[in-house]
Amino acid sequence: MVENRPLLTFASHAVLILGVLAVAFPVYVTFVASTLTLQEIMSVPMPLVPGDQFMANYSQVLTAGSTTGSKAAVSTMLFNSTVMALGIAIGKIAISIIASFAIVYFRFPLRMFFFWMIFVTLMLPVEVRIIPTFKVVSDLDMLNSYVGLTLPLIASATATFLFRQFFLTIPDELAEAARVDGAGPMRFFWDVVLPLSKTSIAALFVIQFIYGWNQYLWPLLITGDESMYTAVIGIKRMIVGSDAANEWNLIMATAMLTMLPPALVVLLMQKWFVKGLVDTEK
Amino acid sequence: MEKRVVFRSAWLPYVLVAPQIAITVIFFFWPATQAVWYSFQLQDAFGLKSQFVGLQNFVHLFRDPVYLNSFRVTAIFSVLVAGIGIAIALLLAVMADRVVRAAVGYKTLLIWPYAVAPAIAGVLYAFLFAPSIGIVTYVLKGLGIDWNWIINGNQAMLLVVMAAVWNQISYNFLFFLAGLQSIPRSLIEAAAIDGAGPGRRFWTIVFPLLSPTAFFLLVVNVVYAFFGTFGIIDATTQGGPGTSTQILVYKVYHDGVKASDLGGSSAQSVILMFIVIVLTVVQFRFIEKKVNY
Repeated sequence: MVENRPLLTFASHAVLILGVLAVAFPVYVTFVASTLTLQEIMSVPMPLVPGDQFMANYSQVLTAGSTTGSKAAVSTMLFNSTVMALGIAIGKIAISIIASFAIVYFRFPLRMFFFWMIFVTLMLPVEVRIIPTFKVVSDLDMLNSYVGLTLPLIASATATFLFRQFFLTIPDELAEAARVDGAGPMRFFWDVVLPLSKTSIAALFVIQFIYGWNQYLWPLLITGDESMYTAVIGIKRMIVGSDAANEWNLIMATAMLTMLPPALVVLLMQKWFVKGLVDTEK
Repeated sequence: MEKRVVFRSAWLPYVLVAPQIAITVIFFFWPATQAVWYSFQLQDAFGLKSQFVGLQNFVHLFRDPVYLNSFRVTAIFSVLVAGIGIAIALLLAVMADRVVRAAVGYKTLLIWPYAVAPAIAGVLYAFLFAPSIGIVTYVLKGLGIDWNWIINGNQAMLLVVMAAVWNQISYNFLFFLAGLQSIPRSLIEAAAIDGAGPGRRFWTIVFPLLSPTAFFLLVVNVVYAFFGTFGIIDATTQGGPGTSTQILVYKVYHDGVKASDLGGSSAQSVILMFIVIVLTVVQFRFIEKKVNY
């Protein structure tokens, strides 16, 4: 602090607390709604203190889903989301780390061509090539499958770049020493490069896990089958009509359950999360 | 930058890049080429026959008032999302930077909305602002405001903007806070010794030094408003009422998936690809500059 201005410090705290409350308010209301009966929510205004239906609502959605909308159990959806998020995060990291290793540690014809090919995918987000991509996946018979949910999303220009940047900072002496000692490239990769990359891997994992968990358009297109819904899609499928037609207590319980895993990942791995966010945008 | 020490193998590097390249070709290049190809085709109503029509789909689009309206809606939406999101995040970051010791605590309390899926952010806001049962609607009614985003286009726009800003605020906040913390303290102290107050210091020192961060966030937020907000729109207004919140991406989805207009939707995809390419180039030109500064 440059100088002491108690009034300004007080104002700063006031603004920040207001910001924190405004940011938290929607989730607080969601939590409250997930502990009420439907009648209590429908009686305008709904109460703003938690009710006693916590166990009833959460066990209902986890085992049986909603009654008016999608009847898929949320526990199945959470499992699907987990498979998808882990598949995308691990898949992206795995194929990107070996591709960057090849591009940095080898000289071969078409090297820069491959590099630019991966780079250009930054300019083709799934939203702009929806229908043709759907057709490809449908032709490959991958609809309603975990492979279809994950594989089309695991090519990653950002991860490839990040690893390339990082590998370029690894001292040449290490590769030289490995070669003098007679280690081949894969031995060098496993024993030197991989252990050194731990931090980058952790940071990328957090970002990509959230990316995978929160996917919406892609699973919406390719999961027609209730048993393959991810949690985010499941919530959308529980909303069937106008305000009064929905079982908001169950929808809100599902929303809480769906927000929890990625929020925990962000909060518990905050250091890696911030690093990942800043690094992937460089 | 290149490595001095490299390994030698005639086949290994190809094996290592193969998975990434295979996925890129199958799921990126092939569909993108198809989108371009379809955009020059006209299909009959049953999708059985198609004929090459050149640029006709594009001509139709730019004469279609609904499509031009979608451009206008997207422009308004992204200006509001980027403008409001950046302004609020900057305010919070400047305040957090002032209260040095408590900054870490506030940071933890402000970053978690990043983890919420856009579609869920949309559902939460749709519930808070639901015309008949929403708790905020109730308060607004008490203030004499008649709130119903199901029939009022401006209110629908406001709703999706609020959900989008809420979802993106942590991202903007983190980058501004990092930017603020990298400004040398000595600059601020020197200005303070010369008698500049906090407001003056902010506008003459802090704000100019933050402008690269702000510009970077502007591009990221515009990209987010263009593409990342699909889930918010689909979970709340679905482009309605009428077409008052139908942003370009949502229209591609609507025309292609719901209305099965393959040629028209693909032509829109091609136009969107062009927009992404321009935005990406802008972003990278800027990053090159940042390295030098």
